[in-house]
Amino acid sequence: MQEVNWTALIIFILLFLFITILGFVAAHWRKGDLDQLHEWGLAGRRFGTFITWFLIGGDLYTAYTFVAVPALAFGAGAIAFFAVPYTIMIYPILFLAFPRLWYVCHKHRYITAADFVHGRFGNRWLALAVAVTGIVATLPYIALQLVGLQVVIGGMGVVGNGYAGDVPLIIAFIILAAFTYTSGLRAPASIAVVKDLLIYTTAFAVVIAVPIQLGGFANVFAKVPPAKLLLAVPGANTTGAYGVYATLALGSALALFLYPHSITGILSASSGHVIRRNAALLPGYSFMLGLLALVGFFAIATGVGGLPEFASGFKRFGNSFAVPALFLHTFPSWFVGVAFAAVGIGALVPAAIMSIASANLYTRNIHREFFNKNPTDKQESQMAKWVSLIVKLGALVFIIFVPTQYAIYLQLLGGIWIIQTVPSVMLGVYTRWFHPWALFIGWLVGIVMGTWMFIAAKLAPNYPLVIAGHGFPGYSALYTVILNLAVTIVLSALFNLFTKSRADQTVAADYRP
Amino acid sequence: MDQQGARQSGWSWWYLLFVIQFIASLWVGTYNRADPTWIGIPFFYWYQMLWIILGGVLTAIVYFATDA
Repeated sequence: MQEVNWTALIIFILLFLFITILGFVAAHWRKGDLDQLHEWGLAGRRFGTFITWFLIGGDLYTAYTFVAVPALAFGAGAIAFFAVPYTIMIYPILFLAFPRLWYVCHKHRYITAADFVHGRFGNRWLALAVAVTGIVATLPYIALQLVGLQVVIGGMGVVGNGYAGDVPLIIAFIILAAFTYTSGLRAPASIAVVKDLLIYTTAFAVVIAVPIQLGGFANVFAKVPPAKLLLAVPGANTTGAYGVYATLALGSALALFLYPHSITGILSASSGHVIRRNAALLPGYSFMLGLLALVGFFAIATGVGGLPEFASGFKRFGNSFAVPALFLHTFPSWFVGVAFAAVGIGALVPAAIMSIASANLYTRNIHREFFNKNPTDKQESQMAKWVSLIVKLGALVFIIFVPTQYAIYLQLLGGIWIIQTVPSVMLGVYTRWFHPWALFIGWLVGIVMGTWMFIAAKLAPNYPLVIAGHGFPGYSALYTVILNLAVTIVLSALFNLFTKSRADQTVAADYRP
Repeated sequence: MDQQGARQSGWSWWYLLFVIQFIASLWVGTYNRADPTWIGIPFFYWYQMLWIILGGVLTAIVYFATDA
């Protein structure tokens, strides 16, 4: 049994205390009336280039990413590096489409993607579809952030029997819930700065320290089995691993900024310029993610998977324990505390933003649309605060009582679902030509087919597509969004013949500075 | 007048620069190899890391070119 690493634990707790205070104090930062939803849920849309960089970075590059990507490299090798081309392709998408979304949302005071879709296409059911997709895709993501937290807490030797082992997680959760409720988006924005400084420090420390200990990168990669080092070259009549790699990267890139937490981060910026500027600056995070993917290979090279002191951790957390094990193996205890706090705080920031984003969606696009049409500002923001609590509680209950693997399945499905909002949201900022019911049916076809492919592929995101005897194994999300788009276009052409005019609240000038 | 038209439509030819990083990323066959290594890192890994930087530079170029 692993002993409690007291030095690491104390540093970890001190850093957690610090960000807890920061989270509460943040309510007074750039003070606004937190009884208004756009103040609580978007921090008044006042973040400049610098804070937006930290906020979106802290939002997208989550603790789960920092644990899961190296874990995938550790277990499966080169395929994990798809995260790199993925993050290369997200920024042109951010640069082109999302400043337009920012301008139109600012002009019409929309706070969610579903608000925009409702305004643009004048159909509450389509808006509901976008809102529900966002919420459902986000919930398992929040749960997985808690897994990241669980892994580092376990890594410090804090383990209990049965549910007693979950007490630290519950404490972290209460902290998260309390500062999100009090301060809204200002809390994760201020904490993101601390989190990212810790993560950068940790990433560079590990990338410098481990290769030195092991005698250079050449020695590190020499210890990686050849089968894991590169992708398998595709055989005849199939795009093989290359197709899987490219479709995973492209599909994930298209999906990323449609997640509610991404859109919340984008809309809290103070202008479309801030977003464009960040599209050029955010690759700094991608570079760090690439470095961290390499950490999976460091874990292979140091052989932590075979060390007896880590056996119980790997047994409990699987490959997700690779990164914590490597940190424990490499660093002195005090720095393990810093590194684990980086991961732990890295879980709280996106979890807070995700719960706020889901709360905004529920409050605006479900509650206000279908239950209470004329809430006061105060009622609206109060509702969002409660929903943010419920959403996080749901994630906590899920993680404690349901096997983690289910959260992973649901998160993978979430990616396949959220991408189905590409036509209405991402393409919707360019064109009103799509018919709302065509968009709705396209969305439905995409969701159903994507879910079916996921199940048919034995609960995996890659479907072995075969067309005319040629194999195209690849990411179901990408295949089904193409189908969705085809259905949307054909049906729009048809429906538009019968519909004369539609209610579009927006005009072309709303999408520009 | 032409510039005015481009501003109105929101399109700029500079955006075509983005195509480069999409092709570089998606054409997996061009970089799935170990050699040449750089400071011991196989080509597959350092090449893609390099493209993160190049992608950032391309985005910056488009930003400054279209910001006027």
